[in-house]
Amino acid sequence: MSTPEDNRYAKSHEYVHPDGDIGTIGITDYAQKELGDVVFVELPQVGAELEAGDELGSIESVKAVSELFSPVSGTVTEVNDALTEKPDLINTDPWGDGWMVRIKLKDPTEVDELMTAEEYDEYLEKESGH
Amino acid sequence: MADDSLKKTPLNQLEKDLGGSMVDFGGWELPVLYDGILKEHDAVRTSAGIFDVSHMGEITVRGPQALDLLQMATSNDVSKLDDGRAHYTGLLYPSGGFVDDILIYRMAADDYFLVVNASNTDKDFEWLQQAAAGLDVELKNVSPEYAQLAIQGPLAERILQPFVDTSLAAIKYYRFASTSACGAAAIVSRTGYTGEDGFEVYLAPEQAPHLMKSLVDAGAKPCGLGARDTLRLEAKMALYGNDIDETTTPLEADLGWIVKLDKGDFTGRDVLAKQAADGPRRKLVGFEMIDRGIARHGYPIVTDGEETGVVTSGTHSPSLKKAIGLAYLPLDESAHGTEIRVLIRGKETLARVVPTPFYKRAR
Repeated sequence: MSTPEDNRYAKSHEYVHPDGDIGTIGITDYAQKELGDVVFVELPQVGAELEAGDELGSIESVKAVSELFSPVSGTVTEVNDALTEKPDLINTDPWGDGWMVRIKLKDPTEVDELMTAEEYDEYLEKESGH
Repeated sequence: MADDSLKKTPLNQLEKDLGGSMVDFGGWELPVLYDGILKEHDAVRTSAGIFDVSHMGEITVRGPQALDLLQMATSNDVSKLDDGRAHYTGLLYPSGGFVDDILIYRMAADDYFLVVNASNTDKDFEWLQQAAAGLDVELKNVSPEYAQLAIQGPLAERILQPFVDTSLAAIKYYRFASTSACGAAAIVSRTGYTGEDGFEVYLAPEQAPHLMKSLVDAGAKPCGLGARDTLRLEAKMALYGNDIDETTTPLEADLGWIVKLDKGDFTGRDVLAKQAADGPRRKLVGFEMIDRGIARHGYPIVTDGEETGVVTSGTHSPSLKKAIGLAYLPLDESAHGTEIRVLIRGKETLARVVPTPFYKRAR
């Protein structure tokens, strides 16, 4: 699966898909593969205010628990309720139906500080030591 | 993720070829999964899976006083074994705590084969050697001479049968045969760590890849450590280092059935006799989560803000489709139905003590 170019990426493997002043956040295909079968996601409530780098929630796979961090600052406007019943959407469609939250961006230029798809791919190469 | 500092089993290359995601497991490079823990777990519950457990240690105990040594060093009654029979037992400290939890196979009245946890092999061997001082018994750490494969699941017998020269149907639970597999000498026992029917096969390292490959080709799904953990936890089988260790006794760990106080003296007996009479102050119990969340090893159990217990194992149970775990609790909080609170990342999360095992196969 190639890394979508219309997203921006954090080193902790979350992506933001910006659309005006709304950012949709999920985890990357690499991250879901590393985690394995996702069985439970804990997400913030609508209205929660987050700063970039704040804990966004946690994601439990059969293997382990991982923390999620918000790559951007803003207010949560929507949470993907489908993940309650089908957390495996994160495994099967990380870029699409496996999204986690939508955030009203406090500062849309914050997104520009994150990695581009190309930069993220390079980052992955380095991280996995190829 | 090749790492040359890690020990490798004879199946290492085959596992990589089969697509295993390799991890460092106590200094061994082993697959945590191949194509997903849930799928591998399900294969073992419904058909058959194959695990490389060659990292496990093997120790032979031979000589006229082999039985005396094992009776003194372990909590189960070794005199009850006959040739071709194995049992699960505790190798104990004088405190009653576990040096290790092990299997003892009786090959002959003066010849025993011990299977021990990989990371405890050297410790167990030294402990047994000390205990053997003055006894006419010969101990050998034969771990490098054996690979071990576990084939587990309702189809295990059918899949394994063509490759071994003995009738598997004739091997009852916790019995074994010294036979051959793919033409090479092997010990085959009806044992396992999954709560499912199945076999464990001990054979020479150089023979192991051929047998594993044959079993995979015959339909056994390669399984990693991840599924091994969810399977054993559903069956409430203890994991040394998580659920039991040197600070926990078999009675606290709810393993009273491996403690035979009436067999005569053994190391740790005094402490266990007292615990049996007074009741242990804590007990290992199963719980399931009521609130959402998964309790993991080391998470505290709190009562009125005070830490009263600790989670030793916890996962999402693929068979039950809920979060389960094991925890040490004070005896008065350990009854089935008791609601407990697990501190998950700072949040008190409700769970309930339930009967175990969580999963029991239909027989």
